[in-house]
Amino acid sequence: MRSGIGTRLLGTAAVASLALLAVMALVITPQDVNQLDAVRFLYIHVPLATLMYVAFGVTAVASVLYLWPRYRARKWDLLAGASAEIGVVVTGLVLVTGSIWGRTTWGVYWTWDARLTTTAVLFVLFLGYLALRRVGGDIDARAKRNAIAALAAAIDMPIVHKSVEWWRTLHQKSSILDEETFMHPHIHGSMYWTVLLGIGAFLLLFSWLLVNRYRLAKLEDRLEDEGLERAIAERRAEADALTGAP
Amino acid sequence: MLRDAVVMAGKDLRIELRSRVATNQVAPFAVLVLILFAFALDPDRGVLARAAAGLFWVAVLFCALLAIQRAFTVEASDGARDNLRLSGLDPAAIFLGKAGAIAAELALLEVILGTGVVLLYNRSLHGPVLLVVTCALATIGLSAAGTVYGALAAGLRVRETLLPLLLLPVVAPVLLAATRASEAALGGTTGDGWPWVRLLGVFAVIYMAFGVVAFGPLLEESS
Repeated sequence: MRSGIGTRLLGTAAVASLALLAVMALVITPQDVNQLDAVRFLYIHVPLATLMYVAFGVTAVASVLYLWPRYRARKWDLLAGASAEIGVVVTGLVLVTGSIWGRTTWGVYWTWDARLTTTAVLFVLFLGYLALRRVGGDIDARAKRNAIAALAAAIDMPIVHKSVEWWRTLHQKSSILDEETFMHPHIHGSMYWTVLLGIGAFLLLFSWLLVNRYRLAKLEDRLEDEGLERAIAERRAEADALTGAP
Repeated sequence: MLRDAVVMAGKDLRIELRSRVATNQVAPFAVLVLILFAFALDPDRGVLARAAAGLFWVAVLFCALLAIQRAFTVEASDGARDNLRLSGLDPAAIFLGKAGAIAAELALLEVILGTGVVLLYNRSLHGPVLLVVTCALATIGLSAAGTVYGALAAGLRVRETLLPLLLLPVVAPVLLAATRASEAALGGTTGDGWPWVRLLGVFAVIYMAFGVVAFGPLLEESS
């Protein structure tokens, strides 16, 4: 199946905006007063973090639609899976870029800050979801199971977020990562636009990846169906050959 | 529905009572975990006493995993699951019954573990009201979420390895909140503990509601 003109345009737009982002982030924007060049990490880190929520949001919505009898269709399960897969990769990248940035700015790879901890829990939650998706079984049963698991994980997120936030604020005030210093209230003009551009560029990339991953999932589905049918036909032919021959 | 739930819980608890798996395997395991913690964290430096609340709840989590696995293994053989589905019991009642049985087992385990912490880690108990409420809500939350995931993973070939991966991140807030609340109780600062108890309550209510709604489709799907 060749990708349509729309998908290709989307892909081109994603690549073009990412190239523009690279130029903006690496060349045009100035160094930060405190963070120096490390600030450039934020131009991919912040968009990736946004993407993470978008991706898991799509998974949650698609799962709800699958469980809603009126909208139940195989495509929602495939979409949920495709989005979660991208989401997990993105979350991994958020953790990695965040750690490297943290090392250069705070001097440590990891702190038990509320946001970091929540992201880490989110990462394992959806790793579990992907592991569950890999487990075989009847297609409809599998899809229903996936959807319920995605929702059970999704309703956990606000609780995790709240608990971790309390945990960090009740015990100690996070001294290194303060909201005020994290994102300067007077963020430099071109920096601000670059972050926005980054979010846009990564959203384009996400849509393009999602379209392709979804299409791939559909093809995998078809392969499974047709493979089974072909195997049955072959076995039948064998049996016919055995019994039919005198 | 409540009567059905009681029937269901009674059935599960009777199985546990007769097979003695919980008493002969899970409870000794709980004590073993406490002893292992002592090996890992030198008892002489006071680390154990200071970390007692956290260690207690980690041990409870491990035991909960075993109890949940167990609750769904008993339904796996002899087509018990199909019988359950054909029994005409309301799925919500089955959920409540199963969760109730697991909660009862966990409560017993918590008593054993609590005694172990007092005796082995040399930690005296304070703030009994806060402790009891914390344990009760955390137990309900754990067993509700555990029953949902237990049913989800039941019938899968990889359930033993998949269940911990699915369940443990979900109950991370319970571990966090229960530990903080217990610490506050033990440390005599009960005021700090109550917000955590509220969080435990919210968790318990949410997963109870989710289980009641989701258990019907969950029971149907497995074949």
